[in-house]
Amino acid sequence: MKKTAIIDYGSGNVFSVFAAINRLGGNPFITNDPAEIRKADKVILPGVGHAKFAMEQLKSTGLDKVILSLTQPVMGICLGMQLMCEYTEEGNMNGLGIFPNVKVRKFVDSPKVPHIGWNELIDCKGMMKDYVSEVYFVHSYFVEVNPYSTSNAQYGGVFSTSLQKDNFYGCQFHPEKSGTTGEDILRDFLNLKTIEK
Amino acid sequence: MLKKRIIPCLDIKEGRTVKGVNFEGLRDAGDPVELAKYYSKEGADELVLLDITATQEKRKTMVDLVRQIASEINIPFTVGGGINTAEEALVLLQSGADKVSINSAAVRNPELIRLMADKFGSQCVVLAVDAKFIDSEWIVFLSGGRIQTELNLFDWVKKGVELGAGEILFTSMDHDGTKEGFAIEALEKLSQIVSVPIIASGGCGKKEHFFDVFESGNIDAALAASVFHFREIEIPQLKKYLRDKGISVRI
Repeated sequence: MKKTAIIDYGSGNVFSVFAAINRLGGNPFITNDPAEIRKADKVILPGVGHAKFAMEQLKSTGLDKVILSLTQPVMGICLGMQLMCEYTEEGNMNGLGIFPNVKVRKFVDSPKVPHIGWNELIDCKGMMKDYVSEVYFVHSYFVEVNPYSTSNAQYGGVFSTSLQKDNFYGCQFHPEKSGTTGEDILRDFLNLKTIEK
Repeated sequence: MLKKRIIPCLDIKEGRTVKGVNFEGLRDAGDPVELAKYYSKEGADELVLLDITATQEKRKTMVDLVRQIASEINIPFTVGGGINTAEEALVLLQSGADKVSINSAAVRNPELIRLMADKFGSQCVVLAVDAKFIDSEWIVFLSGGRIQTELNLFDWVKKGVELGAGEILFTSMDHDGTKEGFAIEALEKLSQIVSVPIIASGGCGKKEHFFDVFESGNIDAALAASVFHFREIEIPQLKKYLRDKGISVRI
């Protein structure tokens, strides 16, 4: 049976992600066990909360190295995606560096912070090419547009809403809360084939 | 572009929706899970679940309910009503609520806002405020409008945002139930003094009222209960109307 590991590193609400994967038949389980994570067909790095606390949790448990070593499809959601970047202004620290040279910055020129609600995806390509639609966001920091962006959105300026490099994927929005569009995106992820590095 | 949000509010007592609901399509309109699913399919952008259960003991029902709703719907929702501590909020967030709203407890202990914002992030913390216009001043009320305070609405909201509230849900008690439209002047003023999203509540009676509140662009979301429950306004038609009038909504 194909299984989806949702990494538990003490970072807020993972239940909604669990429920969404469950509805899609992805057999989710919540774990912080490296062996279980390595064995899973798909891995999700969720995240709500503060980047610094989250990154410290990943480091102190050794999960940072586990994530870097994974070869199956891995998706970071919201803070999870931001932690995959090189550097974040939230806590002024380095992330996992999966997306090299990509920086996470605080919204400053935007109308209101946090950016809460449904916003349109633009510049969709790759895995996101069919999803010129609205998805649900709730965040105060954003990823700069970069070579790994597979979609963007406009809020004040343009920022990156999804990323891909090799087997690593990221969504700034919450696919588990983005209606049928979000479900389609998660389904695509669950249907990805595992590619050997 | 960010869309304006339409938010049905479900009042829940001991695990059941209250306020008369009139739905032919539902097996059980008193079942919050059924109703939540219905609204999410209709195109609601978000839901608010307001627990009006009187006793603490029966609140456990709410946690189970939140879990069930999070299992079944694919849009965000906020849970409020009677949350007094960060621990109570945490249980709701871990059960699948996206945000929690606090009202009376925040007035009694403003540090609760800071504590929750530090623990869960501002984006999870909605400050709900009920107020009434008395002698040319907006005054904050507590406990579902039963207790008058000495707080000025604008001072309180400003303080709440400084303490870490990530969103404001403002209900005008003068407008609530009148079906004569939202308290636009007060809402506009709120949008000038704080830089977090604002949800308008109280007074909606027809679809034009949604246009009126969104027209300036400063208000981010509008909440209503009975017009949706009694199907006086249906969300797909409302959104089409708003789009045709130039308001950016998710269709």
